[in-house]
Amino acid sequence: MGIKIDDICFEYERGTAMQVTALDHISAEIPDNQFIGLIGHTGSGKSTLVQTLNGLLKPTSGHIYYNGEDISGEKFDKKKLRADVGLVFQYPEHQLFEIDVLTDVMFGPKNLGLSDAEAKKRALEALESVHMPEKYYKSSPFDLSGGQKRRAAIAGVLAMRPKILILDEPTAGLDPKGRDGILGMISDMKKNLNMTIILVSHSMDDVARYVDRIMVMGGGKLLYDDEPVKVFRHVQELENLGLAAPQITYIMKLLKEKGLDVSTDALTVEQAAAEIMAHRRELHV
Amino acid sequence: MFDTITLGQYYQTDSLLHRLDPRVKLVGTFVYLISLFVVDSFVGYIAAALFLAAMIMLSNVPFRYIVRGMKTIVFLLLITVVFNLFLTPGEVIWHAGIFKITREGLTFAIKMAVRLSLLILGSSIMTLTTTPTQLTDALESLLRPLKKIHVPVHEIAMMMSIALRFIPILMEETDKIMKAQIARGADFESKNIVKKIKSMVPLLVPLFISAFRRANDLAMAMEARCYRGGEGRTKMKPLVYHGRDRVAYMVLLAFFAICILTRIFF
Repeated sequence: MGIKIDDICFEYERGTAMQVTALDHISAEIPDNQFIGLIGHTGSGKSTLVQTLNGLLKPTSGHIYYNGEDISGEKFDKKKLRADVGLVFQYPEHQLFEIDVLTDVMFGPKNLGLSDAEAKKRALEALESVHMPEKYYKSSPFDLSGGQKRRAAIAGVLAMRPKILILDEPTAGLDPKGRDGILGMISDMKKNLNMTIILVSHSMDDVARYVDRIMVMGGGKLLYDDEPVKVFRHVQELENLGLAAPQITYIMKLLKEKGLDVSTDALTVEQAAAEIMAHRRELHV
Repeated sequence: MFDTITLGQYYQTDSLLHRLDPRVKLVGTFVYLISLFVVDSFVGYIAAALFLAAMIMLSNVPFRYIVRGMKTIVFLLLITVVFNLFLTPGEVIWHAGIFKITREGLTFAIKMAVRLSLLILGSSIMTLTTTPTQLTDALESLLRPLKKIHVPVHEIAMMMSIALRFIPILMEETDKIMKAQIARGADFESKNIVKKIKSMVPLLVPLFISAFRRANDLAMAMEARCYRGGEGRTKMKPLVYHGRDRVAYMVLLAFFAICILTRIFF
């Protein structure tokens, strides 16, 4: 079933001189079990959009339906929605507060009214899914490294067993190694835990490799919503938005301009290498 | 989440009051507050209210914006009025059971309400038209003579401006952490007082940690730029008195004189 976004708008500071339109008539459908990349420059409205999806912000107009039910409806159970639509904020490590990692991860499940035993079971599963080494389960979350803290915080949301998991810039502020670690972990989660993942990012290189679908936002509008290959054909438009195609797309384009007849649709280095090798005969010409 | 707090928050616009030297405004506010305790008659309060009305008009801040900020202190006003109304001894004019209202209580309650409202409006006019930076600059400049008796004036002003600067940042941070914990199923809207206090832990612990982290970062950044206190430090915008500031001082003096006169003659 999933989420249906029907023509929503959102304005900050409504009715004052400082009014800002963050979302401008957005419609989209988010089905079950899809890996989606939500891309946009800073201030494009992507963080606002994901906050409307679990009811933290109420759209100023339009409706959002979860499994066919309007989430701003009076009878709608917001708590259930927040368990089903897990949202991991930017710099999620800033939300850690408990005495040890395990207890912190148990906070979410316990808020759902689960018993200690069940909460612990879910927490342990979640910590395993984020590849947290077992020796840290009983350490203070504040003693962990930046990357480990972030894993602990993501586990905190994962332990609620969401059907849709939204991660807002999960790689912000990490070094390349930490970034690859987190992205690899998210991709593993997608494979092992039957759920929809929405990965919010401003970097095409981060998402191109993993996602099935890319939504591009700019100035509060949803500009593209398609398979990655098709979205990256609009390199020029993306650049005008302050975004970029993956680096590999540029290399393939250059090769093509220089006369090598390769397809420019490669998204990863591996695909690009295969494509170039397929044309290696031409290289000797 | 906190958009409702407008009491005394700087309102960006251009007006005579905005352009006035912050030292004049700071001194003016003090004079006004003192004069409210000097006057003690109907005529005196009218004079004070008229003066305030003139200042509000000069400030170009919409009256509605100012009044909206007053909402937060209505409760305080009510308590003061109720206590004075029922607990002042004197000539009884109305009673029901143990509750009685006296003539003295009534006049005193009205006086207190007027005085408090003028007091708060008067000081918020200053903060509405003066940025926190200007305000601390003015304070530092006015307190400079105290340096002779080894009061760390510059340090006090610096601490004040840092504290003021961090209020919006911490508010934003609170909002963010609150949202993150709500997304994890935390409930901040519980009416049960015990539950409510308990629910503050997941908010306060991260907030304190972040405040300390920010303090640390700021200290580091200041040291990296060789900050060594106020000795020999110059300013980008030094405070200079203009003609309008001298006129403002004279207006203030005149107002204060009127207040004293009303005290003597009415």
